[in-house]
Amino acid sequence: MNLQLLKLIILGVGLGLAVGVGVYTFWYGKGYSYMSNDPNACANCHIMNDQYSGWLKSSHRSVATCNDCHTPHNFVGKYATKAWNGFWHSYYFTAGGFHEPIQITELNRNIAEESCRYCHQTMVHSITVSEEKDATEEMSCIRCHRNVGHQH
Amino acid sequence: MSEERVDATTEKREREEKKPRRLFGLKVVVLVAFASFAAAILGLALLTNIMERKNEARNPFFRVVELTDDTADPAEWGKNFPLQYDGYRRTADQTRTRYGGSEAVPRTPSDADPRSVVAQSRLEEDPRLKTMWDGYAFAVDFREERGHAYMLEDQTFTERQAVTRQPGTCINCHASAYNTYKRLGNGDIYAGFRALNQMPYAEARQQVSHPVACIDCHDAQSMQLRVTRPAFMEGIKAVKASQGAANYDVNRDASRQEMRTYVCGQCHVEYYFKGPEKELTYPWQKGLKIENIVAYYEEVKHKDWTHKQTGADVLKAQHPEFEMYNQGIHARSGVSCADCHMPYTREGAMKISSHHVQSPVLTINQSCQTCHKWSEEELKSRIETIQERTYNLRGIAMDALVQLIQDIANAKNAGATDEQLATARQNQRLAQFYLDFVEAENSMGFHAPEEAARILGESINFTRLGQVSLRGIANPAAPVRASYYSFLQ
Repeated sequence: MNLQLLKLIILGVGLGLAVGVGVYTFWYGKGYSYMSNDPNACANCHIMNDQYSGWLKSSHRSVATCNDCHTPHNFVGKYATKAWNGFWHSYYFTAGGFHEPIQITELNRNIAEESCRYCHQTMVHSITVSEEKDATEEMSCIRCHRNVGHQH
Repeated sequence: MSEERVDATTEKREREEKKPRRLFGLKVVVLVAFASFAAAILGLALLTNIMERKNEARNPFFRVVELTDDTADPAEWGKNFPLQYDGYRRTADQTRTRYGGSEAVPRTPSDADPRSVVAQSRLEEDPRLKTMWDGYAFAVDFREERGHAYMLEDQTFTERQAVTRQPGTCINCHASAYNTYKRLGNGDIYAGFRALNQMPYAEARQQVSHPVACIDCHDAQSMQLRVTRPAFMEGIKAVKASQGAANYDVNRDASRQEMRTYVCGQCHVEYYFKGPEKELTYPWQKGLKIENIVAYYEEVKHKDWTHKQTGADVLKAQHPEFEMYNQGIHARSGVSCADCHMPYTREGAMKISSHHVQSPVLTINQSCQTCHKWSEEELKSRIETIQERTYNLRGIAMDALVQLIQDIANAKNAGATDEQLATARQNQRLAQFYLDFVEAENSMGFHAPEEAARILGESINFTRLGQVSLRGIANPAAPVRASYYSFLQ
């Protein structure tokens, strides 16, 4: 057999296998669902079951989904946040060794805080004392209203 | 000829040129193959991991055995509920916390007491307890409580059994008694309960074989929580009646969240043995607060024993966790015993109540952080601040009580009459019961911090009133006090 052809076949089979496994894993792990806004996707892995069922009973269930509060309200920010959190969530879910109950990180707390203001800005505008300081430092919405999205 | 030679040379040169190129091609193939190999392995590893996690999420339940209302052995239940059973078995762990928990103390087994490990002696830790309980079996042997796994063993072999004849009533809360009630009462648990109470301890002990088990809190068919202790059914009925709800049936009327407290309240309560039938009774006819309980005891003229040094008719508080908790902020916020002591735990994708019942200080993340978003260190220090304050106040109340006991004993030895001592004795009875209510309660004040402090304050005041009532009564055995009293005269 032509040596060149053999090499190409080996290459092709090897790459094809890797890509095939990758694509199947992506499909099996419902990777595509993470591109959507469906809150079900956030409970794909069962770590956030409590938050998900909490949201179903919360005051915000009919006006805001997970992404409305937990991702920034612009295209780049939204998908960058999804990618960053997605990577770390997958990493810790696969490797284990995370704190339970799960706790929100500083970055994500700030995103949630900004999201409150995004929808409620007409009201909070008059509450915010100073425009100059970082608004999240100054007064926190979720310090008091932390159960609006989901209990715990 | 020359052409041929030229051709041969070119071929040779070409061959030489091709050789490294072929080598390079092989390297690429090997590298790419290796990379694909690694990628495929990683991909498959991730795939199987996702599969495992998805399987976890399926919540498999296998009914291996058929459980009925007669299945008393927790190991049988454990076949269907291995995770809960595993936790239940771990109540044998002995772990200390700062103000509670038991420490495994080795001891040499004897014929009378074959235990090779016990908990630390509270009497050795605080000898003032011996003064408070003088004349009562608790002054002989009193150790830190161990986990549920030891309840039957520790009660069977405590030295208190050797110095006094205890009734079968004690078994109600130191063993899995539901099936025993049914057997003794031919299906009627109330009849079985009364029969058990009237037996001597040793005879009642023969009727049971397990510490508290699954069936004491769960219905065997539905796994719903249920109360199986007649004493609690009657007690909570009385509490509800005192609040205006007549005919309260706990198994019919309580919510699921209430049951997560009531099943614990079946035993973690203040109680006494009523009448010659030794019927286990919770003194809640007037309510759950200490004043209600004391008012009830005064009404039925109950005493646990007569104090050896002072002759006062005194009371022993038991372990009023349920009563104390009910005065606290957690009860008021609807938090149940199980929420903190049996916190929800993730086992794979399953959310189960931990059946390893223990101090929440050992599971701050699961027990406290579900609601309180602070670090474990911060929460622990909040708990220990409350407990340290209670502990210090308890020490003050205890010192005061010991002095009152001394003063009454001195006055008595100096010839004071019963009439002269009556007020002091009554105050000793109250001071002692109030102090013991916090001392015997297993949370060092945490279940209701303000209430515990208030009760200790009241105790110190009763002691003060008792000492004041002795003014003017001859007290020669206490020279310092004598001059003080003579100054007052």
